[in-house]
Amino acid sequence: MSMNVNVSKKALLDRLFPAGHAVSEVGQVLCGWGQTATGRVHVIGTTAHAAIDTRIALALSAAVLRVVAEDGNHPRPIVFIADTQGQALSRREELLGLNGYFAHLARCVNLARNSGHRLVTLIDGEAVSGGFLAFGLLADVIVALPGAEVRVMDLRAMARITRIPYERLTELAGASPVFAPGADNYWRMGGIHALWTGAEDWAAQLQALLQGSHEDDRARLGAERGGRKLAASVAQEVLYGHG
Amino acid sequence: MMTNPPQSFREASARLRVQGLLDAGSFTEWLGPARRITSPHLAALDAPVSFDDGVVVGQGLLEAQPVVVIAQEGLFNGGAVGEVHGAKICGALLRAIEMRARAVLLCVDSGGVRLHEANAGLIAISEIMRALFAVQAAGIPVIALVGGTCGAFGGMGIVTRLCDALLISEEGRLGLSGPEVIETVKGVEEFDSRDRALVWRITGGKIRRTLGEATMLLDDDIPAFRAAAAKTMGDRPRQRGLSPDALQTLEAAQRRLEARATLDPGIRDGQQVWQQMGLGEEVALMDPAEFNRCLEARER
Amino acid sequence: METLHLELPSLQDDTLFPQTLLHGVVSSGNLEVLVEPGPDAARCVFEVQTAAHGFSEVWQAVLRDFATRHPVGGLTFSIHDAGATPAVVSLRLDQAYQSLRSS
Repeated sequence: MSMNVNVSKKALLDRLFPAGHAVSEVGQVLCGWGQTATGRVHVIGTTAHAAIDTRIALALSAAVLRVVAEDGNHPRPIVFIADTQGQALSRREELLGLNGYFAHLARCVNLARNSGHRLVTLIDGEAVSGGFLAFGLLADVIVALPGAEVRVMDLRAMARITRIPYERLTELAGASPVFAPGADNYWRMGGIHALWTGAEDWAAQLQALLQGSHEDDRARLGAERGGRKLAASVAQEVLYGHG
Repeated sequence: MMTNPPQSFREASARLRVQGLLDAGSFTEWLGPARRITSPHLAALDAPVSFDDGVVVGQGLLEAQPVVVIAQEGLFNGGAVGEVHGAKICGALLRAIEMRARAVLLCVDSGGVRLHEANAGLIAISEIMRALFAVQAAGIPVIALVGGTCGAFGGMGIVTRLCDALLISEEGRLGLSGPEVIETVKGVEEFDSRDRALVWRITGGKIRRTLGEATMLLDDDIPAFRAAAAKTMGDRPRQRGLSPDALQTLEAAQRRLEARATLDPGIRDGQQVWQQMGLGEEVALMDPAEFNRCLEARER
Repeated sequence: METLHLELPSLQDDTLFPQTLLHGVVSSGNLEVLVEPGPDAARCVFEVQTAAHGFSEVWQAVLRDFATRHPVGGLTFSIHDAGATPAVVSLRLDQAYQSLRSS
C-alpha cells in the first residue's frame, strides 16, 4: 500500500495500477512500484510541482541507481512521474553546481536505458525547463496527462525578455507550436509522444507502452506531425551530407 | 615546439575559435553559412537571423587526429539553442560516430534555450544529451571548452557537465540558472547579478575547477585551449566500452555529489569554500597554471 | 525586418579568389556579411536584411561608397543587420574585403 503520497498522486497511482502499488513520498520524491498485468514496474518521480534542487536530484538518481542494481539482468520498466516547476533558483544551489547534479541524474537515467529498462514518463502537473530536462524528457516515451502544463517560460515573461509585445506573442502562438506553453504544442513537435484524456483506461494505455524501441524518434515525430519541420532534416543533412 | 601568439578565446568569434583550435587549413564546415539554413522562427517574430543560426559545426584535425568541432556563437542571441542550431549540434555529434572521430570539441557559449523557439530548443537540448551519450558509448571523448562571453548555462550547462572533460578559462562561467534570473525571481539579497566578483566566485572557472567540475583551468588564450584539448584527447585511451556509465562509476559519482551537498548550509559563496580549504585571498591572484598545480597537489 | 536589393557597378579585381567568406556576427548594433561569387563581373550585388526600418537611403549611400572604394565587381555581399550604424556597416564591409584579400 502506498504511504504518505499526496492526494492527487495517490489518485493517479490508483488509476494506473488498479492491481496495487506501493509508493512512498519523501520530500516531494516518489519512489516505489506499481502492479501491472505483466508484473511490477518501478515508479520514480516528483510531486507538488517540485523545484528540483540538489537534494531532490540526488534522491532521484539514487532511486534510479538502486533499481538498476537490484534488477540486474532482469530489468523492469521504470515509470517516471514528472511534476516540476523547474530547477530550484538559489545561489547556494548554483555554487554546489546544480547543473552537474542534473547531468548526473541524466547519466543515471541513460544507464537504466542501456541496462534494458523501458523508460516511460507521465507528466502529471507541470513540466518546466531544467527540471523536465533532468529526467522526464530523457525517457523512451513521454505522455502528458490531462491538465499537464509543459513550458520553458510563460508568455508574459517571454514578452518582457524578448521585448516582443505580449499581444503579438499570443496571436502568433495560435499559428506556431514553437514557443508557447502547452502539452499539445510539445506533442506537435514530437517532444511528447501521446496526450491522454480523462476518459481512457490509463492502466491499459500504460501497459501498451511498456515495450518498444529505445531509439530517439522525436525529431522524426516532430516532422511527421508538422510542428518541427527542420530538426530531423537538418540533423540528417549534417550527419550524411558533404558540405 | 611551435609557440603561438596569444589570442583571446573570449573575444574571438566562434569561427575564429574553430580556426585557432584546429590544425591550420584543416577545417571543413558542415551546412555552412552559404547554405542559409536560418531560423524560420526568429524570422516569424521579426528578429534578425544568422546564416549559420549561431553555431559552426564541422570536422578538422587536431595535431593530425580527426576531430569534430562544434562552436556556439555567444554574440548571436546569447548562443541560445533553437531548432536549427540544436539539430546541427545533434547531427555533428552523430557524425563523429560515423567518421570514428578521435574526439569531439564542444565550444559551449550559451545561455541555454532560445526563447523565441523555446519548445524546439528544450527538446533539442534533450536530443543533444542523447546524441552525446551515443558518442561516449562509441568510445569517443567529448571535450567541453568554456571561455566565451555567455558561459555555459541552462540546458547547455547540463550538457557541459555530461562531457568527458571540461576546459575552462578564469573568465569562463558555468551554471544552471543565470544570476540575472535568480535575482529577478528571488530578489537581489539572494543573488546580486551586478556584483561581478560575486558572480565570478559562484560561476567562474576557478570555483568550478576547485569543486572538481572543470578538468583544467586555462588562460584566456586560444592556443592554450588548443594545447589543453590535444593533451586531454591524448590522455584518454580510445577504447570502446570504457564507459563512464558503468553502474559502479555512477555510484561513486553519487557518493561524491552527496558529500558535496552536505557542505555547511551557511556556505553561499566561493570564497567560503576556499577559506574552508585553507586557501585565502591568494586564490584570486594565482594564475591558472599555479592554481591547477595547487589543486592537483591537494587532490593527490 | 526590411530587405534591400542593390546592384552597383564596380571594378573587378582578378587577383581576388572568389570564395565564400563570412565576417562579423549578428548582435545588437552589429551585422554579418556573407561574401560569395556574384553573377556579373562588372557589378557588385548587395542583399541586405535589416532590423532598422526606413534607412534605405543611408544604406544605399554606404554601399555605393564601398563599391566605389574597392574593386568588388563579380561579388555578392549578403548582409544580416541588427541595427548597425553606417560607420559600423562600412567598417565590417571593409574588414570582409580585407579578409577576402588576405585569404
